[in-house]
Amino acid sequence: MNSIILTAATRVITPLMVAFSLFILLRGHNEPGGGFIGGLVATTAFALYAKALGVRATRAALRVEPAAIAVAGLGLAALAGLWGLLAGGAFLEGMWPLLTTTPSGDKAGLPLGSVLLFDVGVYLVVVGSVLAILFALEEDVAASSPEEAD
Amino acid sequence: MVLLTLALVVPLATAILTFLARRTPGLQRGLSVAGAAALLAVSLVLGAEVVAGGPIAATMGGWPAPFGITLVADLLSAAMVVITGVIALAVAVYGLGEIDPAEERIGHHTLLHALLLGVTGAFLTGDLFNLYVWFEVMLIASFGLLALGGRPDQLDGAIKYVALNLVSTLAFLAGVGLLYGATGTLNMADLHGAVPDLDNATVVFTTAALLLFAFSVKSALFPVFFWLPASYHTPSVTTSAVFAALLTKVGVYALIRVFTLIYDAGMPLIQELLLVAAGLTMLTGVLGAAAQNDIRRILSFHIISQIGYMVLGLALYTPLAIVGAIFYIIHHIVVKANLFLVGGVVKKLTGSEDLARIGGLWAAAPWLGVLFLIPALSLAGIPPLSGFWAKLVVIKASLEAEHYVLAATALVVGLLTVYSMSKIWLEAFWKPHPEPARAAGRGLDRGESWALLAPIVGLAAITVLIGLVAAPFYAVSTTAADQLLDPSAYVTAVLGARP
Amino acid sequence: MELALAVLVGVLTTCAVYLMLSGNMVRFIFALALLSNAVNLVIFAAGRLTYAAPPLIADGAKAPADTVANALPQALILTAIVIGFGLLAFTLVLVHRAHQTLGTVEADDMRVAEPASDDDEAR
Repeated sequence: MNSIILTAATRVITPLMVAFSLFILLRGHNEPGGGFIGGLVATTAFALYAKALGVRATRAALRVEPAAIAVAGLGLAALAGLWGLLAGGAFLEGMWPLLTTTPSGDKAGLPLGSVLLFDVGVYLVVVGSVLAILFALEEDVAASSPEEAD
Repeated sequence: MVLLTLALVVPLATAILTFLARRTPGLQRGLSVAGAAALLAVSLVLGAEVVAGGPIAATMGGWPAPFGITLVADLLSAAMVVITGVIALAVAVYGLGEIDPAEERIGHHTLLHALLLGVTGAFLTGDLFNLYVWFEVMLIASFGLLALGGRPDQLDGAIKYVALNLVSTLAFLAGVGLLYGATGTLNMADLHGAVPDLDNATVVFTTAALLLFAFSVKSALFPVFFWLPASYHTPSVTTSAVFAALLTKVGVYALIRVFTLIYDAGMPLIQELLLVAAGLTMLTGVLGAAAQNDIRRILSFHIISQIGYMVLGLALYTPLAIVGAIFYIIHHIVVKANLFLVGGVVKKLTGSEDLARIGGLWAAAPWLGVLFLIPALSLAGIPPLSGFWAKLVVIKASLEAEHYVLAATALVVGLLTVYSMSKIWLEAFWKPHPEPARAAGRGLDRGESWALLAPIVGLAAITVLIGLVAAPFYAVSTTAADQLLDPSAYVTAVLGARP
Repeated sequence: MELALAVLVGVLTTCAVYLMLSGNMVRFIFALALLSNAVNLVIFAAGRLTYAAPPLIADGAKAPADTVANALPQALILTAIVIGFGLLAFTLVLVHRAHQTLGTVEADDMRVAEPASDDDEAR
């Protein structure tokens, strides 16, 4: 697409949207939000980038191929699951290494643990797999030589 | 129970690792075979554990049953996982000699192990909605495998496969939603107690019918089997073999699980539907096969026909019949995978799967003839091979239940199976090659023949073993059937499995 | 409210079946979207329709203060939406690829895997 307004605006909007998607990802810990919806927002950002500047430029900007992002996310989610298992609990059980129990029975510390790791995994799976499909479709339409979808 | 989780983590980790190793084909192939071998090892330990100590269960995420998701293995689940491990190793090795390097690079191994993950998950889950999720994992991976080469016939087959299977999963989902609305639980052991208490017969029947439809499509029952012969002959032989061995059997497993644990298959109308569907499935499958002239298409129709026997076992719903169904599944998975693998070697040697264009293999490769005859005669039910005992038990059960028409159908279908197998034998092996100049065909190089033949010989050995020493396999099937018909141990394992 | 939802599910399913029967794979994709929404509404209604707050617990509290909606059907629907979304995207790519390779989106014209000659060939 050849629109100066779109191209110029995209350069500003895309980083903002990615930052916003990270906010949604972290907010999902206790409130509406989370990895899936955050991942979709990030995907929208990159889809906009691909519309304005082309798929090739987007691939270059991402540096990593989308399928690899998805598999990395899957790996993180699997690790989050194994964490619980290796720590002696159940598979996928929430692990909170930075939380301690105060004498009064309350929890204190930073609620950071395997749940967030799992959510980051979901985020990456969504970004990677949706972008892989989008790019495959875009490149099919744009180029005469179709490439394999991932 | 760490074992149950490991049975899922191993294929998941293998899928991830084979993807990461996609730029170094040697490492990728090694990982794929090692992952399949590890799955087999884990499944054998799991099987031994369940045989020794009865059903085991594990909760996910530390949420106690029935609120969280439970993994559970009774003897049927464990046996299915073991046989999945066997097939996994066989096709992983066979793939080394058959899969096109380009397809390996774009994800054959990763998708294969993702498929195994879905299959294992479906066998081990104790939660109805989770079963739906595993079905989807399996579906997505199988879509990918089916369309991997991107050839026109593959895309054509994939479209039909995808379309019909998606409709069935939506029916499954609707059934799950309604059942949850009626009972307030999705844990299958909990549903075992909740469904008989429902006083609304309409809800019970509607949900049962929706699940019956969904699983019938998955297991390719008459009249919803059309996706199977449209697609199974189009991908690589390795993919065909793993589909033929496992996918439809997951459907049959789901039918058996749901219609023994949650509903009972003897409930009015459902039982009649199952009986009629089973009879017509046997018959249409074998008649369809008789009209085909392509090896893999003949074999595809035979899958349908054989599914009929298994469902007949469930539909009769007597202890002996369930034993027959389970024994049949175990026998069938091994034999069917092996026939596809032999078909792949025939294709390698002659360059075609069209019976009219090949021949003379008995003269060129008599060893292959022997390797074909073992699973082929077993499929047809010739004693003393495994198929004989499987058919014997199912037919005996239908005679005892006084379903003489169905018993007769089963016998006639057996005869027609012999006809189909002898057709492949006569055309591919016995008759001279139609073009004598090309009769010699190409040979297999050494690495290739090792990868292709080792799995075939291994599976043939298992077939002979089940046939000659049927007693322990029959004993396992009997215990598994007992656990299905009296699931109190299963229910205790799940609902007592609080951490 | 249940009645309205039931009617809506019926209408969606009817449209989906009508579209599916046309044999055009693009229409089939639309049908799939409609049908999965119908099924999601079924799950939603099966989880009981109540006037209640979202199932969120306020900061510092240990239990929701008021009656909250049943969170499980919402979780089921969310999972179903995610899976349905993925499958729909895949089907779209597949149909697009099939259109490029086979030159048609009509199911009746796709006879590569099962050639018509097989049916009337009398050997």
